[in-house]
Amino acid sequence: MSIQFSGTNLACFRGGRSVFSKLSFNLEAGSALLLTGSNGSGKSSLLRIMAGFLTPTTGSIKWHDGLIYDDPEAHYQRLHFVSHHDPIKPVLTVRENIEFWANLRGTADNLHHALKAFDVTKLSNIPGRFLSAGQKRRVNLTRLIASPAKLWLLDEPTIMLDSSTVKRFEELVEQHRENGGMIVVSSHTVLGLNGPEILKLDDFRSEENLDEPIY
Amino acid sequence: MNRFINIIRHELKLILRQGMDCIMIVMFFIIVITLFPFGVGSEPKMLAKISAGVIWVAALLASTLSLDRIYHPDFEDGSLELLCIQPLAIELIVTAKVTTHWLSTGLPLILAAPCLVLLLDMDKDGFLVLILSLFIGTPTLSLIGSIGAALTLGARRSGVLLSLLILPLYIPILIFGISAIDAAIFDLTWRAPILMQSGLLIGTLPLSL
Repeated sequence: MSIQFSGTNLACFRGGRSVFSKLSFNLEAGSALLLTGSNGSGKSSLLRIMAGFLTPTTGSIKWHDGLIYDDPEAHYQRLHFVSHHDPIKPVLTVRENIEFWANLRGTADNLHHALKAFDVTKLSNIPGRFLSAGQKRRVNLTRLIASPAKLWLLDEPTIMLDSSTVKRFEELVEQHRENGGMIVVSSHTVLGLNGPEILKLDDFRSEENLDEPIY
Repeated sequence: MNRFINIIRHELKLILRQGMDCIMIVMFFIIVITLFPFGVGSEPKMLAKISAGVIWVAALLASTLSLDRIYHPDFEDGSLELLCIQPLAIELIVTAKVTTHWLSTGLPLILAAPCLVLLLDMDKDGFLVLILSLFIGTPTLSLIGSIGAALTLGARRSGVLLSLLILPLYIPILIFGISAIDAAIFDLTWRAPILMQSGLLIGTLPLSL
């Protein structure tokens, strides 16, 4: 199978400190990449670089043969990003929250199916402020199903989730991969994924630092 | 275009469900203006003379108060970063946010202005030009303010910093707004300052986006 999403020779500096360098990755349709590493090893930074939030200090990221920076909107259309935050408005209901994000991507037809996926149908008319942390996370993950995207970039998606929801999440990820989707996920806990490639970020740590620290 | 309307509808829904925020801004505007007769004395001639300035300055302050609402809640809950990686131009998102800011602060202030004009005994000719200049000036306030709100995201004491950054930039709008009203009161031509204000609006439009 051909490589769809790749990064070569990536390096990242944050606040004058080198986080990682000489990092490369390749993803094919249906593959999963698991990012592991100690705190501060750059898992979140790498995911942000992949999403196009941050530009790497060196190296480049390509989708097929084109650089993602050449057409950022096309890149955004094909990815879903889940960060530490759950962007759920306290005054809007669960359904309205999900609908908003799905509409922005131009697809809100999948909503009924999506609400079922993470079992939030019963919550759909409840305002966001009454949700628990785990429920918020479930609503946030529902976005993944509500509007399809090829590439999922997930930063610790399973924290706060109960074990049955984690299982459900793993099933949905496998389903996504069977349909040719790709996933990059950072996690401290062991996820039951089918043969993921593992990228240990601690291996790419480098000691080069800028001379002057930045405050 | 649908997505643009979607954002505006979303933002308006948020504002309506938190309706008190909007009402508080208008109340602030009214209270600031009612303080003036107590401060400078209730002589009608005096009040009529300062009325244009008082209303404009109060509108500036009221609009500044609500600026952190444009981006800050979204910044805190992660919506802002997610909005930045949606498949639509970021300029559209900013336009939608500024438009809803104006609808939720500028417009209510304009609607409240007629009662305050009575309170300050403003001249009838001045009143119409005041409303016109507010209609042109308040969107400019929202536009310039959104730059400040975006710059101060993540800063400590961002409210004070925001005022320090933004209020000096409001001076031209204030000057032309007041000179238009004064011109109308003294039967001079008020077209020039109003056109200058429109120019400011059109100039800040591309700058803020």
